Amino acid sequence: MSASGAAAYLNSEQLRRGLSRRKVLDKVFVLVGLIVMLACLAVLAILFIDLVRDGASRFGWDFFTNFASRRAERAGILAAWVGTSLIMLVTATCAVPVGVAAAIYLEEYAPKNWFTAVIEINVTNLAGVPSIVYGLLALGLFVYQFDLGQSIAAAGLTLALLILPIVIVATREAIRSVPKAIREAAYGLGATRWEVTKDHVLPYSTGGILTGMILGLSRAIGETAPIITIGALSFIAFLPQSPVQSEFPFVSFAWLKDPFTAMPIQMFNWVSRPDQAFQANAAAAGAILLGMTLIMNALAIWIRYRFRKKINW
Amino acid sequence: MSSPAATRISASGLRYRKVRDRFIEALLLAAGLVAVFTTLAIVAILLYESSTFFAHVSIVDFLTDTLWTPLFADAHYGILPLVAGTVTTTMVALLVAVPLGTTIAIYLSEFAPYQLRETVKPILELLGAVPTVVYGYFALTMVTPVLQWLMPELPGFNMLSAGLVIGLMIVPYVSSVSEDAMRAVPRYMREGSYAMGATRLQTALRVVVPGAFSGLAAAFILGISRAVGETMVVAIAAGMQPNFTFDPRQPAATITAYIVQVSLGDLPHGSIGYQSIFAAGLVLMIITLIFNIIGFSLTRRFREAY
Repeated sequence: MSASGAAAYLNSEQLRRGLSRRKVLDKVFVLVGLIVMLACLAVLAILFIDLVRDGASRFGWDFFTNFASRRAERAGILAAWVGTSLIMLVTATCAVPVGVAAAIYLEEYAPKNWFTAVIEINVTNLAGVPSIVYGLLALGLFVYQFDLGQSIAAAGLTLALLILPIVIVATREAIRSVPKAIREAAYGLGATRWEVTKDHVLPYSTGGILTGMILGLSRAIGETAPIITIGALSFIAFLPQSPVQSEFPFVSFAWLKDPFTAMPIQMFNWVSRPDQAFQANAAAAGAILLGMTLIMNALAIWIRYRFRKKINW
Repeated sequence: MSSPAATRISASGLRYRKVRDRFIEALLLAAGLVAVFTTLAIVAILLYESSTFFAHVSIVDFLTDTLWTPLFADAHYGILPLVAGTVTTTMVALLVAVPLGTTIAIYLSEFAPYQLRETVKPILELLGAVPTVVYGYFALTMVTPVLQWLMPELPGFNMLSAGLVIGLMIVPYVSSVSEDAMRAVPRYMREGSYAMGATRLQTALRVVVPGAFSGLAAAFILGISRAVGETMVVAIAAGMQPNFTFDPRQPAATITAYIVQVSLGDLPHGSIGYQSIFAAGLVLMIITLIFNIIGFSLTRRFREAY
C-alpha cells in the first residue's frame, strides 16, 4: 500500500467536487419533493375555494329548503339532503354491526384454516371492486330479485355493502392493537371468549371502530355511480314519508320504499346541464358535499388521535 | 372450599355461558360470511345477466367489433371502443399518478422529518376522499378550460382532462402503498449505504427503491385498477359517446361511463340494452380483478421479503 497508489483512487479534489455535486442533487430532490407534495395539497385547497366561489351566489336558507326546479336560482337541495341523510341511516345501521361482527370473528374467533383465508381474501377483494359494480349487483339483486325497487332501502343496502370492507379493516386494526396480555388476564380469570371480547377488547378498540365507521360513511356519502345505477331520480319535488308520526306507534318505516335523490346525484344532474346558471348550483352542492366529507375525515383523525393519547397500556 | 350447591350453580352457569358463546360465535361467523356472499352474488348476477346478453350477441362480435351502439336501430355490440376509452384515460392517469406518487413517497419515506410526515399524510389522504362527482366538476369547469387555453382545438369533452384528474385522485393511494413498501426496507440496508459514503438521494434511488420494487409495482397496479373503475369523472368530463380511439384529446366513453349513461335513461328490465350494462360490468370486473390479484400478491411479497 503505497501513498501514491491510494492517491490514484482518491484524488481529493475530484472527491470533493463529486461530493458537493451529490449533495446539491440531494438538496434539489428535497425541493422537488416538497414542491410536488405542496402542489397536491394545493389542488385540494383550489378545489374547495373554486367550489365555494362558484357557488357563493346560491348559499342561503332557500337553497336548503327548496326542491329542485327548472329555474336555477330557485332550485335547492331539500330532497337531496333529506335523501342522503336517510340513506346514510340505513347504511350505518347495516354496515356497522355486520362489519364490526365480521372483524371480531376474524380477529378473535376464526381458526387459522383455508375457510378463514377465503373470508379474508374476499374482504380484500371486495375493497378493490369498482363502486359501479356494486351498483350493478344492487340493480340485479336488490331492485329486481328482492323487489325493493328504486328505493332508499336499496340505496342504503348497496352503500352498506360498499363500505363493509372499510369498516372491517378499521375494526380489525383496532382490535389487533389491544395487547395480548389483557386478553390472557381475562381468560385466566375464567372469562369466556365473548366475555373477553365484550368487556375488554371492544372497549379498548372503540376509537378505531368509530374512526372506521366515520371514514366508511364519508365514502358512502359521496358515492354517485352505484346509486345512479339503481336508478335514483334526479328531479324529485316531494319528500319521503316521515319516519316520525304523531300517532301510535310513532315511527314508520314506509320511507324505506320511497323513491329518492341524493346530494351527489343532484350535483351530477346540475353539472351535466348545458345551462351555465346550473353550474353555480352544482358548485354550491359540491361545496357542501366536500365540506361534509372533510369534516367527517377531520373528525376521524381527531378521534384516532384522542384515543391513542388517552390509552396507556 | 366451596359447598356442593355452589359448584352446581357455577357449573350450570358455565354451561349457559358456553352455550351463549357458541351462539354468538355463529352470529359473528354469519357476519363474516356476508363478505363471501357479496362476492358470490356479484359474480352470479353479472354472469346470469350477461348470459342472456351473450345468447343474443356472439362473444366473437363482442370482442372484435369496433362499434358499440346497443341503443341504435343498427345495433353493434363491440366492447373495443369502451375498452379503448378506459385504457386511454387510465394511461393518462398513470402518467400523472406514478411520477407524483413515487416522488411524494420517496420524499416522505426518506427525507421528510417525522413531524412533517405525520402531519402531511392524513391531509394527502383527503385527496382520495373527495367525492368523485366533485372531481368531475373540477375536470369539466377548471381543468378543461385551462387545457383549451393551451390547446385551442381541444373539444369541451375530452379524455385528457378526465385522465389528469383521475391521476391526481389516485396520487395519495399510489404514494401510501409505495411509502409502506419503502419503509419495509430494513434500516441496516440504508445504513450500509450511508457508511459507503452515499447521500440520502443515492441511498433512496439505488438501495431503497430497488429493495421496495415489488411494493412499488403493486402500488402502480392497484392504482391502475382504481383508474379503470373510476366512473363519475369520465362520465362528466370525457363525454359519453363510444369512440374507438386512443387519442386522449378526443371525447370517448369508458366502460363505466357507458353503464352510467344507460342507467340515466329508462331502459326496461330485461331488454338487450339493460343486459348490455351487465356484460360491460363483467368485462370491468374481470379487468380489475386481474390487476387486484397481481397487486395484492406483490404487496404480500414485499411484506414477507425482509
